[in-house]
Amino acid sequence: MSINLQALFAQLLVGLINGSFYALLSLGLAVIFGMLNIINFAHGALYMMGAFAAYFLLNVLNIGYWPALIVAPLAVGIFGMILERTMLKWISGLDHLYGLLLTFGMALIIQGVFQNYFGSSGLPYAIPDLLKGGMNLGFMFLPIYRGWVVIFSLIVCILTWYLIERTRLGANLRAATENPTLVRAFGINVPRMITLTYGLGVGLAALAGVLSAPINQVRPLMGADLIIVVFAVVVIGGMGSIMGSIITGFALGIVEGLTKYFYPEASNTVVFVLMVLVLLIKPSGLTGRAA
Amino acid sequence: MKNKITALMLGTALSLATAGVAFAQDKSIKIGALSDQSGLYADLGGPGSTLAAQMAAEDSGLLAKGWKIDIISGDHQNKPDIGSNIARQWFDVDKVDVIVDVPNSGVALAVNNIVKEKNGVYINSGAATSDLTNAQCSPNTVHWTYDTYMLAHSTGQAMVKAGGDSWFFMTADYAFGAALERDTTEVIKANGGKVVGGVKTPLNSADFSSFLLQAQSSKAKVIGLANAGGDTTNSIKQAAEFGITKGGQKLAALLLFITDVKAIGLETAQGLSFTETFYWDLNDETRAFSKKFAARMKNGAPPSMVQAGVYAGLIHYFKSLEALGSNPHDGIKVVTKMKELPTDDPLFGKGKIEANGRKIHPGYLFEVKKPSESKAPWDFYKLAGTVPANEAFTPIEKSTCALLKK
Repeated sequence: MSINLQALFAQLLVGLINGSFYALLSLGLAVIFGMLNIINFAHGALYMMGAFAAYFLLNVLNIGYWPALIVAPLAVGIFGMILERTMLKWISGLDHLYGLLLTFGMALIIQGVFQNYFGSSGLPYAIPDLLKGGMNLGFMFLPIYRGWVVIFSLIVCILTWYLIERTRLGANLRAATENPTLVRAFGINVPRMITLTYGLGVGLAALAGVLSAPINQVRPLMGADLIIVVFAVVVIGGMGSIMGSIITGFALGIVEGLTKYFYPEASNTVVFVLMVLVLLIKPSGLTGRAA
Repeated sequence: MKNKITALMLGTALSLATAGVAFAQDKSIKIGALSDQSGLYADLGGPGSTLAAQMAAEDSGLLAKGWKIDIISGDHQNKPDIGSNIARQWFDVDKVDVIVDVPNSGVALAVNNIVKEKNGVYINSGAATSDLTNAQCSPNTVHWTYDTYMLAHSTGQAMVKAGGDSWFFMTADYAFGAALERDTTEVIKANGGKVVGGVKTPLNSADFSSFLLQAQSSKAKVIGLANAGGDTTNSIKQAAEFGITKGGQKLAALLLFITDVKAIGLETAQGLSFTETFYWDLNDETRAFSKKFAARMKNGAPPSMVQAGVYAGLIHYFKSLEALGSNPHDGIKVVTKMKELPTDDPLFGKGKIEANGRKIHPGYLFEVKKPSESKAPWDFYKLAGTVPANEAFTPIEKSTCALLKK
């Protein structure tokens, strides 16, 4: 196959778009793992709930896309906090495996319930009027909505990173994971903070769900299909590293895009090949601190 | 994985009365509905197909005549090895007589071999590959609803004749996609068109934009979607997003089900033309059945073409068993009887089963309605043309099935 430079650029851009979803989702996972030490397998299901929340807001309450960007993550975030308070809290001191199994079970239940009522083929969600159409970039036709997704998710990623790494709130949070007893002694309510952090991570997943609703179908299994890749992204980037997961998310989107151009059959395995390589060479991930 | 859905019991008094007479005759039937119960094909087959099987049993009239019909269902998860294991277990342990549905050509071909080995009956409704009645044909198999030859020769041919003479394929990377691309390519070439390129996409992809961009830069007049279910709906939706249809390229949805149209939404799907062999709103009989069916579906969906095929296939199977007088538990014998008897059911009308196992009936070219034309929740199609039964499927003299070379 001869390399067509224009087509290559187009693929890079498309890769970047998919990378935004990986970045948003892996960011939420990294926040939750970094702060709570929980491997949140329910992340895909919560992402799906975000998309469904947007669908219901539009079709039942007639609330459009823009408010849904805030309302849906809030609603799903609250749902997440309830999960944390009622279930995850009880296993916080235990081995990772317990959290993994519990959240995996929750994911299966949530997906099962949605599938029971809505089937597997999904529901349509239209692109908001303001972002309809596209522009011709010369080398490709870029749907405005996709451009919006890249920019918006970049902003959200950077804000989240700033919140955790550069603010007092974030510092408290990081301190609380290092030594909860000591932070408590300073009069900070650590359990509440942990609940809010889980809510934040879940809200990020739901936000990604709302963003993807107009692109993909709103389907019960949309998260299940994606979450495995996102976990690979987190592993490659380094578990718990905020910036690492953002950069790896975008980078792997691009790698996948290139694979789709050069050897499409391998496009859904390339991420895992990379994961194996990274684990062999640097088990703590590209940006991870050694455990 | 496998759950016992229902056990339809003997009609009481009548069966007790005839029990003594029928002692020597085995009037029990066990049906296995094997499908994708939770993945991308679950809505077009899945639990709806099991319901269709159940309704066929109820409508057959056999229960009142002292027959006993059991239905079990299984989830093959779109994996040939899992499908094969279930089929084997059904024949060896559960003593299943007939396996129905089985969407996903990869699984369908694997199960085809097992049914032949175990001398069971195989009424396939969900799979598309025309290999089931050609190179891989079996004396135990009836391929009921549709196949890749039919799709290629109706939708494919119609597109080429309407001026779409250069094609780019987006092909699901497994047995079904390959068969559909092969059969459609033949039609394109036979009608003077050419294929300028193609890309094989992994099954169950969420994002098709990379592939669509390749299709776009190929400058082909038609982008042939040799995929199904969620893959097709995502392709169509994203093609609209990337301005491909507005740019003058046409999409050929070679295989589209009513559940897919529902998922895409009329706004995006309007104007698509494609082929099915069943639509709930075709005539009074299909409407009556669909109404009963939808009332028993959780989401109120009318039957898809695949689910309709499960029903109709079993109705004919029951008729053939009744003609035999009892269940011989001999697959070849039953399928031979099924081929002997003309078919006649409320959903597909009158037809027949060819010696290679191909069920023959008309194909319908549909066009998706505009949102303004749709009057009811599932009112999606308008009929654009009919391919008569004798033209819709592979002519028997062209079939490469070994059963024909005696």
